[in-house]
Amino acid sequence: MNKISLLKFGQINVNNMRLNLLELILQDIGEYLLLMKRVFAIPENKRYFRKQIVDEINSLCIDSLLIVSVISIFMGAVITIQTNLQVENPLLPSWTIGFVVRQSVVLEFAPTIISVFLAGKIGSRIASEIGTMKVTEQVDALETMGINSASHLIFPKIIGCSLINPLLIVISIFLGLFGGWCACEFLGTIPSSQYIEGIRSWFVLRDIFYALIKTFFFAFLMSSISGFWGYKTTGGALEVGKTSTQAVVNSSFLILLFDLILTQIFLG
Amino acid sequence: MVKIEHLYKFFNEKEVLHDISCEFEPGKTNLIIGQSGSGKTVLMKCLIGLYEAEKGRILYDHRDFIKMSKKEKKIIRQEMGVLFQGGALFDSMTVKENVMFPLIMLSDLNDAEKNDRVNFCLERVKLQDTHHFYPSQISGGMKKRVAIARSIALNPKYLFCDEPNSGLDPKTSLVIDELISEITHEYQITTIVNTHDMNSVMAIGETVSFIFEGKLWWKGNNENVLFTDNKELNEFVYASKFAQQLKAIK
Repeated sequence: MNKISLLKFGQINVNNMRLNLLELILQDIGEYLLLMKRVFAIPENKRYFRKQIVDEINSLCIDSLLIVSVISIFMGAVITIQTNLQVENPLLPSWTIGFVVRQSVVLEFAPTIISVFLAGKIGSRIASEIGTMKVTEQVDALETMGINSASHLIFPKIIGCSLINPLLIVISIFLGLFGGWCACEFLGTIPSSQYIEGIRSWFVLRDIFYALIKTFFFAFLMSSISGFWGYKTTGGALEVGKTSTQAVVNSSFLILLFDLILTQIFLG
Repeated sequence: MVKIEHLYKFFNEKEVLHDISCEFEPGKTNLIIGQSGSGKTVLMKCLIGLYEAEKGRILYDHRDFIKMSKKEKKIIRQEMGVLFQGGALFDSMTVKENVMFPLIMLSDLNDAEKNDRVNFCLERVKLQDTHHFYPSQISGGMKKRVAIARSIALNPKYLFCDEPNSGLDPKTSLVIDELISEITHEYQITTIVNTHDMNSVMAIGETVSFIFEGKLWWKGNNENVLFTDNKELNEFVYASKFAQQLKAIK
């Protein structure tokens, strides 16, 4: 094979790979949309559905409260210290540190970083739970009873996450700002009165709404995508592991992508 | 009565079921036997609607299951009880909740009636003291019995059992077989059992259908399965050395 034909051979392969990848992505999107069509159905038993939502809120979100709180406090403290180190300009008043910390926590760190973290925790749990049910024929058992298994398993998780994740993010914002205050009070980063003045300056309520809307989108993405990957599982334990990894990777990627899109729409 | 007429099933272009026609009688335990990979699980999944057959008819008391709308299928599925190979009990629920589940989702009974029905079903499978256990806390045989209790909770007309004895010791297998047979006769259910366990065939096989390479190869009962001239069935029945020695003695 001469040099030119080798090059052509390589190009064909690369093009084929691109085509295959595109086909796979489009196939996944199609399957996801078809599954969502099944998911958003009227529940078989509304009383039981309400119980499922409460259970999901408890098992998916309330269980995350402690770790979200710890991360938020440390995150707030670290942002305060870092910002103080970077802004060593005598012309800038100390309270600007508080202002920068508040904007960072409210606009990005709490809604996005905590959501990416939750995509790992909640996403892997949803995908592995549904995946295991799929490979042990529990999903088939639901289907043979005449129950819409997709709706029964995924819909309460989506509602649970979408309702409670914004609340988790509000708590995260408060604790992030509290962490910053702790850094000022106990580590002497800046005077805490200056920090409080900073976090109260130029407060716009729209920023909170923006953070909550983002969180709502992210909660929907992480729960529905993880549910999709769980529901797609076939085979055995190995596949359950693979699909839960896929769920986390895809949810995290799409959270970051939608962060960019929503930021451009709301603030761009 | 469940009747299959000229059923075909393909996966991609591979034919898995070829022109299967047979009848399963009510009040009898109808066994489908065959080697692993012969197509018996696919046939059962077609019967319960987890797979869609490409050609043919499946009739539940003269109602064509394949041509039914989703709503009609949903109604007929509530007349089915299915016992899966591993039991398929819901891990997150206790034994009581597992049996209660179809009643909560699909029946109009009040709470007291549901409780009574759960107690009755669990007593029927001799598991009245296990209400609060989770599936992970009970043995394989008990799981199968809970799955039977769940499958009869809604008083099914048709009971499907996929390899009910897989993973069980011979003594527990016998208990499960007897339970399936008793329930079938007691409630006049059309029971279809997938198995490759010859002990089950001899114990409860009132009708026996042998599937070989996706085709219905032989049909009879537990009395004539041992004396057939069918070469493939003989190879299946007398596959073990022990069975071959018995045949030689006979």
